[in-house]
Amino acid sequence: MAEEARARGRVVRELGRDRLPPATGYVDTGAWALLRPKLRSKWNRSARREGGLLRLGLLGALALGFWALLFTLIYRMLLYFRGAEGIGDLLAGKLLGIGFLTFLMILLLSNVITALSTFFLSRDLDLLMAAPVDPLHVYWARLVESMVNSSWMVVLLVVPLLAAYGVMYGATAGFWLLAAVVLLAFLVLPAVVGSAVTLVLVNVFPARRTRDLLALVGLLSAAGVVVLIRLLQPERLVRPDEFRSLVDFMAVLRTPTSPWLPSEWAASTLLTFLTGRWDVFPLILLVSTAAAVLVLGGMLHLRAFATGYSRAQEGAEQQGGRERSRILERFIPARSPAVRQLVAKELRVFFRDATQWSQLILLGVLVVVYVYNIRVLPVGRDTDVSFFLVNVIGFLNLGLAGFVVAAIAARFVFPAMSLEGRMTWLLRSSPLDPRTLFWTKYAVGTLPLLVVALPLIILTNLSLEVSPFLFWVSTVAMVGATLAMTAMALALGAFFPNHETENPAEIPTSFGGLLFMMSAVGYLVALVALCGWPVYHILRSRLALTGVGAGAGLLPGDVGILPPLLGFGGAVVLTAGVITVSLRSGVRRIREAETFVGDGAA
Amino acid sequence: MTDVMRGAAGGLSGTGAPGGSPPLLELTGLQKAYGRFRAVKGVDLTVEPGEIFGFLGPNGAGKTTTIRMIAGILQPTGGTIRISGVDLLADPGTARRMMGYIPDRPFLYEKLSGGEFLRFVAALWGKEGPDVEARMDRFLELFSLADWKDELIESYSHGMRQKLLISSAFLHDPALVVVDEPMVGLDPRSARILKDLLRSFVDGGGSVFLSTHTLEVAEAVCDRIAIIVGGEIQARGTMSELRTQAGSGADHLEDIFLRVTGGEGVADLVGALAGDAA
Repeated sequence: MAEEARARGRVVRELGRDRLPPATGYVDTGAWALLRPKLRSKWNRSARREGGLLRLGLLGALALGFWALLFTLIYRMLLYFRGAEGIGDLLAGKLLGIGFLTFLMILLLSNVITALSTFFLSRDLDLLMAAPVDPLHVYWARLVESMVNSSWMVVLLVVPLLAAYGVMYGATAGFWLLAAVVLLAFLVLPAVVGSAVTLVLVNVFPARRTRDLLALVGLLSAAGVVVLIRLLQPERLVRPDEFRSLVDFMAVLRTPTSPWLPSEWAASTLLTFLTGRWDVFPLILLVSTAAAVLVLGGMLHLRAFATGYSRAQEGAEQQGGRERSRILERFIPARSPAVRQLVAKELRVFFRDATQWSQLILLGVLVVVYVYNIRVLPVGRDTDVSFFLVNVIGFLNLGLAGFVVAAIAARFVFPAMSLEGRMTWLLRSSPLDPRTLFWTKYAVGTLPLLVVALPLIILTNLSLEVSPFLFWVSTVAMVGATLAMTAMALALGAFFPNHETENPAEIPTSFGGLLFMMSAVGYLVALVALCGWPVYHILRSRLALTGVGAGAGLLPGDVGILPPLLGFGGAVVLTAGVITVSLRSGVRRIREAETFVGDGAA
Repeated sequence: MTDVMRGAAGGLSGTGAPGGSPPLLELTGLQKAYGRFRAVKGVDLTVEPGEIFGFLGPNGAGKTTTIRMIAGILQPTGGTIRISGVDLLADPGTARRMMGYIPDRPFLYEKLSGGEFLRFVAALWGKEGPDVEARMDRFLELFSLADWKDELIESYSHGMRQKLLISSAFLHDPALVVVDEPMVGLDPRSARILKDLLRSFVDGGGSVFLSTHTLEVAEAVCDRIAIIVGGEIQARGTMSELRTQAGSGADHLEDIFLRVTGGEGVADLVGALAGDAA
């Protein structure tokens, strides 16, 4: 034993011999060395995950399909523009300008929000701040991280967009090279500006307040962008006959959307290249601005980061001895104290977290925009759209409204079990039945979703003026679909938990979230088909009997018993099956699961 | 000072332990494997009413895994866990009713206030009402948290969170309390309160199963001690029994620990490092 100790002592002495001579100043690590651990962790995580290949294949196939779809859409639109003599290129330019402007706004917003975590809240920052690393290298590394995290989704959209333009105009290899340069400069600008805005904000407000503030501002702006795009009525551009004269229309097209913004520079660089009237000035503007902003960003970082970071470490303020209200518990109609307190906890945790409740604003805007879109559809009593078509649109509406509910479930219900991850120690060591926990979460998730889903389907059906029969079929189907999709979201959330993130909005973007959205869409398609089939038969027989639009009563026409029985019966069986299987397997999963935070081999 | 605390703690201590019946905690052949790695290889031990049982071992010896199995978080791959005679795996509800657990890492609901958190925990054990409120206030008072009762936990320091956790584990009047690293983050006064609380709790018939790296605490507080190395218990007994097992020259728990866990070369190692630095 003593010999072993001597051997260990020898090792320690040998280690000491390699000590470097004393040096001064910052260590020149380079930004790459600071980025490497992040990349390595990502790689290790995906490499060690079970079914990694399958997951990768599935995601790849999905991305390719998405690209193909987007490419086809844009390509067809460009083809259509080409048909318009003289203004085809103008329209194409306008579309590209609007596209880049939208991207710019999205990028700016997401960079501001991402920069708060990468520059100020990330847990490894303490280590970096304590190390003798050059602050400028920290800046480059964090900027790249921030940029990648907030831009990948935009890049995913830009690739098929530019590909469509390139193919349409028969672009040479030079175009793709130019596109890469333009895209890089275009991404750097909002990344630097966004992180600078965050840096200034953190120097003014404490980090926690800044996070709440940003969540609110970000979502309000996102909501604003959605409303703005809707009010611009982009569909008008495709219908020149709505303008008073061709001159007005040309005037709209000729005016650049925003001459002072990098989005315009990027769009006109690419378009002038494609149309053979190459103008290098916008490119120079774009690249030189990006370079200048980068230098300014670095200077601002050196000046203000240390104080900002220090401020960001200050904890949340006390609320000052005010007693918290307990009125909530009294209004929760549950007999068991555990259920009552669980529900109260869910509500408190949600409504005290600005990053959580503020998402409701965006949600509200999406619902309003959806209902508005249905309202402006040229269907209804005083139009010449057939009674039959209205009912077809009615079913499409059931599917789309169902999709809106699925998206909400993905955002709010899917993360429910993941968010309990860190509290597993308490929930698992308490005598609380996992079934109670699961069912409480189910109830807390389902009720608000029904409050969204029912008005959504009722209002849109009223706008469409569908027959009472279809009205009732789709309303009942919507209730069933909401119950089923909430159960699915909760169960899949339990099977694919993510306990690592602190941001609940990130959880649905995982593989499990994707799986949920795909299952929900599959279920909706089956549901619409099952309900639509008998309704199709009933409406057709009624049309044959009474003619267009008449006799829209509740009673089915003369179609026999088989289609309604099989269709509606099948829909009921499918929905009941999805609910039962989801709830059962979800409860079993949380009873047996062991994969909780910190459960490594200790 | 101590008397006051004893008084406060005495009224809070557990009463749920059935007198003269089975041990409050009984592990038989307890095993846990993570894939091919066997973290715990058949642990047998019992904890009787009225005793504080210390569970020691070097890093990675299987301490936390064992504790998390007892708390019901990890499922054992073999063996049984009985809480006061009730099989934890067969009847988890009943078994967990008798137990309180204090984890080593204080993860809490950041957006709840301390008071709301304690109320929530009591409700998980099916308890609410004026009795719970009164008990809650006494614990908050004991740990100087009364002024923080209505503040959100996100503004608590590490030590305050730890004290809130300790309060939550005792709040529902358990018979057995399982503690992982109780002293981390506590100031000296709170550490002393905790020691007194544990002692008066077992004097009232409860038992405590505690894991720690602070050997002074283990030596001062524990009635019996087991040392686990590589997933197996290498030594167990009272302090004097351990001294006998370890042989001459091992008076303090530290010496015994180092001898059992094979870390005796520490002095040489430190000497080598110091000599090199000089």
